[in-house]
Amino acid sequence: MTAYGSVLDLIGNTPLVDVSALSPNPAVRLMVKLEGQNPGGSVKDRIALAMIEEAERRGLLRPGQTLLESSSGNTGIGMALVARLKGYPLKVVLATNVSIERRQLLEVWGAEIIDSPGSEGSNGAVRRAQALAAEHPEWAFLYQYANPANPQAHYRGTGPEIWRDCPGITHFVAGLGTSGTLIGAGGFLKERNPDIKVWAIEPPAGEMVDGLRNLDDGYVPPIFIDNHGEDLLDGKRIIRPRESIEWTRRLTEVGIFAGVSSGAVLAGAVKVAASIDEGIVVFVAADGGWKYLSTGAWTDDLDIVEKRAQSMTFF
Amino acid sequence: MPVQVNLPTVLRTHAGGARTVQTEGSTVGEVLRNLEEQYPGLSGQVIDADGKLHKFVNVYVNDDDVRYTGVMDTAVGPFDEVSILPAVAGGAGPVAAGWSAGPVSLIDLTLRSP
Repeated sequence: MTAYGSVLDLIGNTPLVDVSALSPNPAVRLMVKLEGQNPGGSVKDRIALAMIEEAERRGLLRPGQTLLESSSGNTGIGMALVARLKGYPLKVVLATNVSIERRQLLEVWGAEIIDSPGSEGSNGAVRRAQALAAEHPEWAFLYQYANPANPQAHYRGTGPEIWRDCPGITHFVAGLGTSGTLIGAGGFLKERNPDIKVWAIEPPAGEMVDGLRNLDDGYVPPIFIDNHGEDLLDGKRIIRPRESIEWTRRLTEVGIFAGVSSGAVLAGAVKVAASIDEGIVVFVAADGGWKYLSTGAWTDDLDIVEKRAQSMTFF
Repeated sequence: MPVQVNLPTVLRTHAGGARTVQTEGSTVGEVLRNLEEQYPGLSGQVIDADGKLHKFVNVYVNDDDVRYTGVMDTAVGPFDEVSILPAVAGGAGPVAAGWSAGPVSLIDLTLRSP
């Protein structure tokens, strides 16, 4: 074992595990990258550290300066951990429809939560954070949806780790939120081997956006636009809450306790595996299951959990 | 062959408030053209003047985003479902009525200097 000087040194270098027992095709191997092994519990530790350290390098952060971020949970938690160790107070704009554990973890790390109506989802949290950033120029808003340090963290970390651990990879599947993982890691992998296919998985979020006045109010992450995400991706698919939960449960068959978005990404990876002759499909499990125990995802009746998931942010 | 099209809330006014409508067509382009004949003004919201998909619209055939399957040429078979959805921020949950766009543009904010 190695001794580490700081918990921050534990971020990244997550394990890749063969879960081919869940593959629908005996000629296709399934590998999962367990991002829940990061010290803050999710893939977002990577971008939290990268965004804060990049801002420090560029002289954009004063010692003790207040940080602001909008997050559905994981980025806020990762930033709260990093900010605590580096001495920055953090305010997180959080939609109220996230699991109780996400709120509690933010409190554990001393972040201040600013509520945004759950009915407005991440769009609402992003807009509230932007309004607050405009009102408080003394706060630093690192804006994960547009910050280049987000995809860079995956280009420098997640992507090279996958390439090192599984050079035979043929397909890469990850969830689409800010698009940082797909752009950074997917982009790195395609540079190494242009034949690698990159698939994005998303929840049916737009289906529930009832209050959108017109289509011009829509949102595509600046990271996706700036990096020509449309040219990078080979496919993008919606996975619905019921299937997400079913596959989150199936992951426990191979000893993996991961969050609900991981089940969605696995469902997408399984569809890819079923559609090809042979290959190695690597997918990302963004976090562990701990933060979702209160949702009953593993323990309650599937119909009930499905209904709950439809009104909850889990990506 | 009938094709079912699922409409987002913002487009339902063009179809008398219907959540889903039936039309015909063997490609996404045909489906959208036929929809426009049945419900004038609807497809105009989805396709821009150059015949491209609106920047903030995603169209899916059986949950696959057609931007990666041939866009307008994407094949649509009988029993397939076409869904039109607005693009929203990743991780977005349900957004209820009353949501309104803020004054700040979503893409003009970059890393701020203290």
